[in-house]
Amino acid sequence: MAVKPVKMRGKLAEGVAEIKALMPHPMETGTRRTEAGELIPAHFIQEVMCEHNGALVLRAEWGTSVSKNPYFAFKVAEAKAGDEVVIRWLDNLGETSEGRLTLK
Amino acid sequence: MLNRLMIMSLLLAAASLRADPPSDLKAFRAFFEQRFANIEIDDHRDGAYALDAAKREQWLSMEDFPPYEIAIEAGEALFAESFADGSGYVDCFENGGMGVKQTFPRFDVGANTVQTLELAINECRKAHGEAPLDYASETMGALTAYMAYTSRGETFAITVPPEGLAAYNEGKAFFYARRGQLNFSCAGCHVASAGGMLRAEILSASVGHATHWPTYRLKWEQVGSLHKRFNECNEQVGAEGLPEQSASYRNLEYFLSYMNNGMTLNGPASRK
Repeated sequence: MAVKPVKMRGKLAEGVAEIKALMPHPMETGTRRTEAGELIPAHFIQEVMCEHNGALVLRAEWGTSVSKNPYFAFKVAEAKAGDEVVIRWLDNLGETSEGRLTLK
Repeated sequence: MLNRLMIMSLLLAAASLRADPPSDLKAFRAFFEQRFANIEIDDHRDGAYALDAAKREQWLSMEDFPPYEIAIEAGEALFAESFADGSGYVDCFENGGMGVKQTFPRFDVGANTVQTLELAINECRKAHGEAPLDYASETMGALTAYMAYTSRGETFAITVPPEGLAAYNEGKAFFYARRGQLNFSCAGCHVASAGGMLRAEILSASVGHATHWPTYRLKWEQVGSLHKRFNECNEQVGAEGLPEQSASYRNLEYFLSYMNNGMTLNGPASRK
């Protein structure tokens, strides 16, 4: 299954950017079974990093309790138009993807 | 004896003549206009979110970045894929399949059955030598989500030709019939008790039940069809479900869509 980029939206107001992200990902817990009864292997995002103009501002450790195609929203302080916000994720199988947004 | 039979058959004929789709629609809308005097009929396309301000606020913030977006994009890509024989979905639908969802379901006179969009998609695939899609699959969900998206803002104008009246009436009968362990009917909750509470949920009105499909339900974690929802309702009242796109469900969708005539399509939608 091809890895999809992170979709992002950003709203800038009074120096604070509200970032919303939608991350296509199966987020399999590893405890579900197929119709045939076989276990579907665990495949979930383990780490989420957010960079603001290249500096790491957020790091999250996720587990199997996060649902499929996670929606993630957070605020970044001291933001202004033209700043770049990058969200990157790494999953338990070593796959990775990212999304980039330039604030307006 | 013959006289009595004649009178009975005349009475039966008269009864079925009285119950015609346009009269049904008028009565249906009138009921909800009266029950929800402060709400425009068209607003009911947002279901329970038209009835509760707090739920609506939460839902609107979700709509800012809706979970069905992924399905629409996937659907657009799937729709553009060619079949093995070089043709595509564009060859099976008017206007290349763009902005046509509001014309479904329709009564297929030749096949003597109700044709929903999902059925039409699989008929298209079959006609071009492709294997049918599982109606509950994410692929079918993505395709219908994309097609629904191109029909946003269009108006339902479902027609019931004389040949389709029987199917319409079957759908209507299903809607009003009690079923399951709890012995509830669709109408019991979504007409008689519309606006009331069922456990912690507000019961939405039936006007607007056909406009917003397919729907991304958070509990499904995927886009699902109206028939999937029928199955959930059946499960909830302790009745047996039916396979998606079975005749009974297609007839029910036919009736429900007709009852939503004049309303604006707003699919795909997100729901809790």
